[in-house]
Amino acid sequence: MKQSEINEEFIRHIALISRIELTDEQISRFGKQFADILSYVDMLKELDTDGVEPMAHALDISNVLADDKAGESLSVEKALANAPARLGNLYKVPKVIGESQ
Amino acid sequence: MSKIIELSALELRDAIATGEVSATEATRSYLDAIESLNPKICAYNQVFTEEALQRAEQIDKKRSAGEQLGLLAGLPLAIKDNICTSFGLTTCSSRILDNFRSPYDATVVEKLIEADAIILGKTNMDEFAMGSSTENSAFGITRNPWDTSRVPGGSSGGSAAAVAGRMCVAALGSDTGGSIRQPAAFCGVVGLKPTYGRVSRYGLVAYGSSLDQIGPITRDVKDAALLLEVIAGHDARDSTSVDEPVPNYLAALDDSINKRLRVGIVKEFQHDSIDQEVIDALEKAIEIFDKAGAEIIEVSLPHSRIDIDSAGRITSYAIACYYLIATSEASSNLARYDGVHYGRRTSQKVNDIIELYSKTRAEGFGDEVKRRIMLGTYALSAGYYDAYYLKALKVRRLIKNDFDAAFEKCDVLLCPTAPELAFPIGQKTDDPLKMYLSDVFTIGANLAGIPGISIPVGLSKSNLPLAVQLLANVFDEQTLLQAARVLEQTIGLGQLKPELIEDA
Repeated sequence: MKQSEINEEFIRHIALISRIELTDEQISRFGKQFADILSYVDMLKELDTDGVEPMAHALDISNVLADDKAGESLSVEKALANAPARLGNLYKVPKVIGESQ
Repeated sequence: MSKIIELSALELRDAIATGEVSATEATRSYLDAIESLNPKICAYNQVFTEEALQRAEQIDKKRSAGEQLGLLAGLPLAIKDNICTSFGLTTCSSRILDNFRSPYDATVVEKLIEADAIILGKTNMDEFAMGSSTENSAFGITRNPWDTSRVPGGSSGGSAAAVAGRMCVAALGSDTGGSIRQPAAFCGVVGLKPTYGRVSRYGLVAYGSSLDQIGPITRDVKDAALLLEVIAGHDARDSTSVDEPVPNYLAALDDSINKRLRVGIVKEFQHDSIDQEVIDALEKAIEIFDKAGAEIIEVSLPHSRIDIDSAGRITSYAIACYYLIATSEASSNLARYDGVHYGRRTSQKVNDIIELYSKTRAEGFGDEVKRRIMLGTYALSAGYYDAYYLKALKVRRLIKNDFDAAFEKCDVLLCPTAPELAFPIGQKTDDPLKMYLSDVFTIGANLAGIPGISIPVGLSKSNLPLAVQLLANVFDEQTLLQAARVLEQTIGLGQLKPELIEDA
């Protein structure tokens, strides 16, 4: 990523795919901070990592499986207790499909 | 006997067990301390006054009935606010969770309660544990009890300030890049990050899942061993918790080390950019180990090398690597805050689902959380994944290999906890990168999954706590604690106590 590519459009795009609405002030401030951080992490390019196995986590374990039997789980009441809005046993959300669709 | 709030957890537990002090008296003493000091320090988000007193009464009844008491019977503890409790709120110091009531207890909370501990309240933190100063909280800045114009460190700043300020006897924090050890260093207390997988993360609100680990913040090393013994162990509800036996950490502290301790000093950690008093503290610790008969060995961690760039900033591959991995994991973990299932939802009118998410998250998250989600989203996005995220995972392997090689030669590594002392509030808030650099010595342990502990070693000229860090190989908390105890005993400082407490 070149510094010059970190423009307003770039920040707006990242904000959109991050699902975070930004103010104009944030776009300009985050843009500068992003450029700074990305130029910093670029130092990793100096390292030769050809043939190095990526390390996703620190443990030597994979595919931890549970027995296939039903255990205790949250009751519907408990699961819905923190919902911003509910309708009976369902999460209630605003209408999200516009007329034009 | 000294004042109740001056006793260590172990001393208080024994005083309660013998009936010298009741759990109710102990709890009241701490509640009084919270009432007088918390308005100044802002260590707690929430205090469970009534519940704590009721619990204490139960413990006292249990004792008078001659029932067997748990390992932590009657100890008033504080819990970082990203650890779920089925009572009160669990906010992560974020607006998006400002009314969230967890439907269950974290495994560590279950274990504390089973051990008869008393939970005093939930402590302030950097929002979602993202920060090194506790300034990124939606509910106010926690202040350092040693100097209220300075930060307590972070992200477990509330827990560290509560322990240092005698507002609890010990606390739990979480550590993703140094969030237990760095605030412990800044506040003059002991902070232990266990091996990744040693303590269950079930009920810890996820930030960087491959890095997060819960651990104790205490007044001394013995208390850290005591708490670790209670919270460690396998948990089927956390698939990354490891099924390794839990040693009796506390009893092991009394065992003499049966071999000559080999203490490694990291060649690449010596640099002019580090505060002189931090270097002096390290020298002092080296001297102590040397006098105690340890073998001092120089070791190399080439991929954790620190340097300084033309802009005067500390450079470190480990920091670059960490901020790509942690933010990538965060972007994925924090996608769950969608305004639908739990947490805050925007009250603005929305036209489509993306607006519902985007406005909810804009209102609910603070700037640092937004920045990290965006950085991680970018690092994982099509076209950049290989260059950023995958590259960071490969560098992580190189960093881990360096630690493996170092532990062939030594039992523990000795290095600073942070490159600086507690810094003034507001000093780094405009420059996120500068804030990240505070973690330069702590993040390696998270990347490699190894345990680390920060131990106070004295006070600076300006009366701020000085600390050093010890690191050990995976699942070798025993040697780590033994070495820390050697250091603590030889220095013989006892508990460090901020002056503020005398004024209160």
